[in-house]
Amino acid sequence: MRTLHAIEEGIKRKEFSAEEVVRFYQDRIAKHDEEVGAYLYCYPSPSDGIPIGLKDLLATKDAPTTCGSKILEGYHPPYDATCVRLLREKGMSFLGKLNMDGFAMGSSNENSAYKRVCNPWNTECVPGGSSGGSAAAVAAHLAPATLGSDTGGSIRQPAAFCGVTGLKPTYGRVSRYGLVAFASSLDQIGPLTHDAWDAAILLGMISGHDPMDSTSANVPNEDFTKHLTGDVQNLRIGVPREYFAQGLDPAVNAAVRQSLSVLESAGAKLFDISMPHTEHAVAVYYLVATAEASSNLARFDGVRYGLRNTTGKDDSLIPMYKNTRASGFGPEVKRRIMLGTYSLSAGYYDAYYKKALEVRTLIQRDFLDAFTKVDVIATPTSPTVAFKFGEKSADPLTMYLSDIYTISTNLAGLPGISIPCGMDKGLPIGLQMIGRPFDEGTILRAADAYQRLTDWHDLQPEGFKI
Amino acid sequence: MSVSLDEVKRIASLARLAISEEESLSLATELSKILDFAQAIQQIDTSNIPATTHVLDIVDVWRDDAVKPSLDRETVLKQAPAAEDGCFIAPKIV
Repeated sequence: MRTLHAIEEGIKRKEFSAEEVVRFYQDRIAKHDEEVGAYLYCYPSPSDGIPIGLKDLLATKDAPTTCGSKILEGYHPPYDATCVRLLREKGMSFLGKLNMDGFAMGSSNENSAYKRVCNPWNTECVPGGSSGGSAAAVAAHLAPATLGSDTGGSIRQPAAFCGVTGLKPTYGRVSRYGLVAFASSLDQIGPLTHDAWDAAILLGMISGHDPMDSTSANVPNEDFTKHLTGDVQNLRIGVPREYFAQGLDPAVNAAVRQSLSVLESAGAKLFDISMPHTEHAVAVYYLVATAEASSNLARFDGVRYGLRNTTGKDDSLIPMYKNTRASGFGPEVKRRIMLGTYSLSAGYYDAYYKKALEVRTLIQRDFLDAFTKVDVIATPTSPTVAFKFGEKSADPLTMYLSDIYTISTNLAGLPGISIPCGMDKGLPIGLQMIGRPFDEGTILRAADAYQRLTDWHDLQPEGFKI
Repeated sequence: MSVSLDEVKRIASLARLAISEEESLSLATELSKILDFAQAIQQIDTSNIPATTHVLDIVDVWRDDAVKPSLDRETVLKQAPAAEDGCFIAPKIV
């Protein structure tokens, strides 16, 4: 009983009860989470539904929500995020809240204010980030599936590093109401699962128009599993040469190319394409995302919720703001607030923020042009497999560059999925597939077809097998 | 492109962040490095290219001005660092 669909089937056949499933995962967490570090909070008595885990930036009215940061330590939201409410209405149960980089800023989970998350495949390696807890929990069977959020790769990159399936939906598909905001024009909530089938199930549960989020798209919800036919005959897959250039690890390159030939043998057609503005995506992303973050995080002011620091010599309003924010935010969050404030400030706005938004248009056009010729774009999810703790944390720019293959998707608002497609030195490799806006159906179909033909998604890390 | 120490302090003040001398030094180095890297986009010709602030083709919507249940005041105030008589308490401003 590893996947949601297998659990659902088992309950239907009365092989086990939902209560037993919940207890099974609670026992797993009790036994293994000290080593993994995936959970920041566990529900003492989850309800009797199929249980999943939630990234700790989704508001839950019955559990604390820290966003991986000290500034929200002990915060109990007075309401549920829309996706949380929808899952409750569908009878799902929650095991707990999952560790993450503070405010979802990071690619290694080393920016959690609470504890580190280890990669279950090699506990000396990072699980990726920012949804590191969400990915590690699925890989180590501490939850059958989880929700994460993805602003520049935060679902797909940890999914790749931990050998699980991670789906970032089209911007606007899933309501962001109750998601602690990082960069509002880029953030999306999505599932991390064992396979594409489960991703389709969970996506169907959390999607839909929501009047509480003015950027929620008014498109009809669908049963995404109906797309999973296993058929990729004549599916046109674009392979952008800029994603297979300098900096790509040869083992990752080989595994991704091998996975593409598997899809080709199943009838898909591969096309060499070019996305000329790819090299500028990291720069554009770190200007746009930090600008939005500096504005969003202004709400943490020590007045309405969270931490207040009045220990300074001067405890009048402005010093209280400054001291509260200085002691509540971690170094990476501060760095990004500073960078965003800089690029939005008078004198720099046109050269940085506005220029970045114009180049963002060019990046989006690269995709829309490509999608006139192909149905899916396939790339590596990350240029390398999971790296070691401390390996990139000393230099922010080196860390930012590890997001190079995932961030364009967010800038263009497109859906993207990462699925396991190989192993190198005992660590998983991810294949990313990007689709047209609101065409999650096609990338899920391609991912599912691939998983019917291969067993990379079935591999389990030593020490965490069930 | 390099960000001066004074610039870092000015930005920190705009962002309402108290920073130590040591933090300003490392932020000056890090921000300079990141902005140097971002400098590459200046070379791209974007004349006649509109800015994309948002990818979806949607506009702000109106809702009916109807009374609906909202969050309970006491529950909300319970999360505040300081509250009294149904209000948030902030340091004295005037």
